[in-house]
Amino acid sequence: MSEAIFRLRNLRKEYQRRLVLDISYLEIYRGEILVVVGPNGSGKSTLLRLLNFLEPATSGEIEFMGHSIPPGAPVGLHLRRQVTMVFQQPALLNRSVLANVSYGRKVRGMPAQNGAMTRLLERLGLASLAGSHAPNLSGGERQRVALARALAFQPAVLLLDEPTANLDPYNVSLIEGLIRDLNREQGTTMVLVTHNVFQARRLGHRVAFLLNGQVVEIAPAEQFFTAPQDARTRAFLNGELVW
Amino acid sequence: MRRRRFLFAGDSAAGQPAQEEAAIDTLLQGLRQAVHLILSLDPEVLEIAGLSLRVSGTALAISVLLGVPLGAALGLRRFTGWSFLRLMLYTGMGLPPVVVGLFVYILLSRNGPLGALNAALIPRLFTPAAMITAQTLIIFPIVTGFTMAALLGVDPLLRQQLLSLGATPWQATLTLLVEARAGIAAAVAAGLGRALAEVGAVMMVGGNIAGETRVLTTAIVLETSKGNFDVAIALGLILLAMALVINFVILQLEERFFRPL
Repeated sequence: MSEAIFRLRNLRKEYQRRLVLDISYLEIYRGEILVVVGPNGSGKSTLLRLLNFLEPATSGEIEFMGHSIPPGAPVGLHLRRQVTMVFQQPALLNRSVLANVSYGRKVRGMPAQNGAMTRLLERLGLASLAGSHAPNLSGGERQRVALARALAFQPAVLLLDEPTANLDPYNVSLIEGLIRDLNREQGTTMVLVTHNVFQARRLGHRVAFLLNGQVVEIAPAEQFFTAPQDARTRAFLNGELVW
Repeated sequence: MRRRRFLFAGDSAAGQPAQEEAAIDTLLQGLRQAVHLILSLDPEVLEIAGLSLRVSGTALAISVLLGVPLGAALGLRRFTGWSFLRLMLYTGMGLPPVVVGLFVYILLSRNGPLGALNAALIPRLFTPAAMITAQTLIIFPIVTGFTMAALLGVDPLLRQQLLSLGATPWQATLTLLVEARAGIAAAVAAGLGRALAEVGAVMMVGGNIAGETRVLTTAIVLETSKGNFDVAIALGLILLAMALVINFVILQLEERFFRPL
């Protein structure tokens, strides 16, 4: 787990002159699960959007798979397609579950591979819903479809923005198990944003604490939770208000 | 075109029941004559129907070619002046045809700002081109506004998520258009309906000249005013049939050809 797939250097993001992200240096290793925790408004989702190249940084540099990407520079499609995100509120196409799951493959011109799609749906407990109209699904089912459509084209990096928020324990357990299995089996790099420190401990290889757009502390999960170095991290883990 | 004047019972001194009976009889006779006119393929009726189709079809095609992309752009992007543009568009959707007719008439008249140019590309008054211009001005805001509304109805989070799944901006836009296809089909159908039904503007700028600028709606007005109800009803039925067939084609296109990616 030593090779960095992402390197962020002096990365800053401002919205209307308000600084929301200010990361001096951060490496994300190939094949790891990096969990990012932090209070609301700490810049977690902004970090994911920058990693997904959905918006440019204000300044600084993102290095991805050895390619340096300055702010505002166009990101090659082949690079952008290595990364995908599962959003907290999945917006599904007004089509069948299977059509939603196949979308990423279709835009890439990849063959349908119905057998592989069926196995993926089975794994996510969606096989019986393959022909169902996606917008009619429950919250848990929708989130599983969102995860399936992100996994269908086997991305190198999977970004997860609170993928289990508002889900029942069954769906949380199912999705967590899948994240763990996929990381182990396929070596998919994952960056997971969550408010749930227990989930962070269950899933993360490393955990980063983001506060006011800055990485306060980043450490292997066990160390992060048993021996946090920064007082603000300790306070956050103790459920205290930090700012 | 065979013309026959129908006399209402009111023209005579008959009482109320007799008047109603005569009116129903007139309508039935009119329907029979209408069917006859349609089945006999009356050349004058065909010519009027053909011009209607050409004028409204061309106006619709121009409005769709310009209005759907513009409506999609307005539905997908926000920029300075967006709210003002939407206000203008929605106001344009309710433009009274006679006001548009008056505006086009003044523009294209011999002493008007465009007519005075006497340029080859500027349509002349009392020609089908002038009628197409007027109809385009009437239905363009309708097609654009309904398309914009259809795109605004698509989940605003969807575009970013499609890009995240690896779609190019163009693929994402196409997907959103397909998602909004029912609304866009409604926009086209509404534009078509307005064009086919329009009478005020085409009467003003076309002049309802027989064999030149007479279309179904203006012919219906004329024939009704002359008491030729059979012809008027026949023309009305043809108008309805045209709307039915074209809307059927639009819906078939929406269902069969604009399949999801």
